[in-house]
Amino acid sequence: MSSAYLAPGLPAPAPSPDGLDTPYWEALAADQLVAQRCANCQGWQWGPEWICHRCLSSELSFEPLDAQARIYSYERVWHPVHPALKDQGPYLVVLVEFPDADGIRMVGNLLGDPQQEVSIGADVVRVFEHHREADPPFTLLQWRCP
Amino acid sequence: MPESRSLRGSVAVVGVGETPYYKRGESPDPEFKLALDAIIRACEDAGISPKDVDGFASFSNDRSDPSRLAAALGCNELRFANMQWGGGGGGGSGAIGNAAAAIATGMADCVVVFRALAQGQFGRFGQGPRRNAIAGEFAHTIPYGLMSPGQMFAMKVQRFMHDHGVEQSALRAISLASYHHAQNNPRAVMHGRPLDETGYDESRWIVEPFHLYDCCLENDGAAALVLVAGERAADFDHPSCYLLSAVAGSHYRAGAPVHNTPDYATSTFKTLVPRLYEMAEVDSSDVDVLQSYENFTGGVLMSIVEHGFCALDEVNDFFKKDNFLAPGGALPLNTSGGNLAECYMHGLGLNIEAVRQIRGQSTSQVPDAKVSMVISGPMVTPVSACIFGAEETL
Ligand SMILES: [Zn+2]
Repeated sequence: MSSAYLAPGLPAPAPSPDGLDTPYWEALAADQLVAQRCANCQGWQWGPEWICHRCLSSELSFEPLDAQARIYSYERVWHPVHPALKDQGPYLVVLVEFPDADGIRMVGNLLGDPQQEVSIGADVVRVFEHHREADPPFTLLQWRCP
Repeated sequence: MPESRSLRGSVAVVGVGETPYYKRGESPDPEFKLALDAIIRACEDAGISPKDVDGFASFSNDRSDPSRLAAALGCNELRFANMQWGGGGGGGSGAIGNAAAAIATGMADCVVVFRALAQGQFGRFGQGPRRNAIAGEFAHTIPYGLMSPGQMFAMKVQRFMHDHGVEQSALRAISLASYHHAQNNPRAVMHGRPLDETGYDESRWIVEPFHLYDCCLENDGAAALVLVAGERAADFDHPSCYLLSAVAGSHYRAGAPVHNTPDYATSTFKTLVPRLYEMAEVDSSDVDVLQSYENFTGGVLMSIVEHGFCALDEVNDFFKKDNFLAPGGALPLNTSGGNLAECYMHGLGLNIEAVRQIRGQSTSQVPDAKVSMVISGPMVTPVSACIFGAEETL
């Protein structure tokens, strides 16, 4: 757990009770990144939904997402709004886009010095942050500059 | 647009009321009593009995139920009970539009638009959840420390400022204007607490690019407006204030989960603005005074640009404090002190201030204000906006 970016105590992600995003969380635990893709129109979609917003097909599956990832926006948080972070100090949250996967975006932390310069448009690479001792265990998708 | 499908001039605001505004958690009264108090004050201002109110409209899941309100106030009949969906202050002008639509179509005759907040009683905004696990859309953001409204919106504003080379001084100008106007307004929570450039610059970061003074207050209180058919406006004592236009909504897939809306760095108003001006039969150059909802100054920045008051490449020049000051600035802005420095009543105080400007009753009055506009709740979905006009605008 010492490798976690943020101090412990934040709410852990749990699969949606209706099962909508369960394959995503299962994949992260297995060091895989997946996102929704439509079998009918081949379009990528995120966050998860029950139908494809382009063609309205319900033939969606979770496909491996290996495309380039880059920083679409970011923020440096100074004021904690959760007691678990009261001694955290500043931290970086990035919005990462996948330009070759229809521009879908995901949220994560940018690992490394929280005071580092952050460049919108810069490439980032994924890091699977496992919390295997947590009950129940979970995995976060993090990012770092190459 | 056929006249029959326009609200222009068909409805008027004839009464406004507010409770005293308290710091968060400091209201001596519970939330429902605050709602009643504001509604009674608005009816007194209009010179009508609350028993003649036959409809209520609110937003942001207000907890004061219209049937209980009607029972408590002894309303003779309830004909309209309406809630604008969507969180935050994006529904303020939308609720006015809903009330106006009910009146214009004969569903009701006298509708109160209100919002009441007692965060001490019901818990705070802007706080992260205290649960051990989170599922659904927020599972994809909260575990990364992205959880408060400020943290959600900073991401949009950062991208907008990056794309258009906007400097921090633009956000500062918005904040300084609100604090300036609050010094004229004895109702303002920040009355007697002036803010200058140094004070802003030296204030702590909440989340870049927002300093402390870029963020709205959190308050207890209630606000209400009384709306009737436009043809009745002349029967009331105050100078008539007509609704020229009201719009609500958002652009294509604005609600796409986990920050996936295609047009991301926006106030969410781009598709509303043409309809707003078309119904009102005005454009941005006709607007005498603007109340623009400041959950965070960055939302005001994008709202002002997207409503056509300033070109994208002129932002750093236009966003100067003096341009935003009543009475003489190019675009008098948030003349009561707004959500930053008067009170955070989920923005409904901005609508009341816009009415005061038409009546000539603001503490930072714009001389001869005839067209008075409100932008409600940027960056959420749905957002809303409305334009009020004096008699001469009809
Ligand atoms: Zn499809």
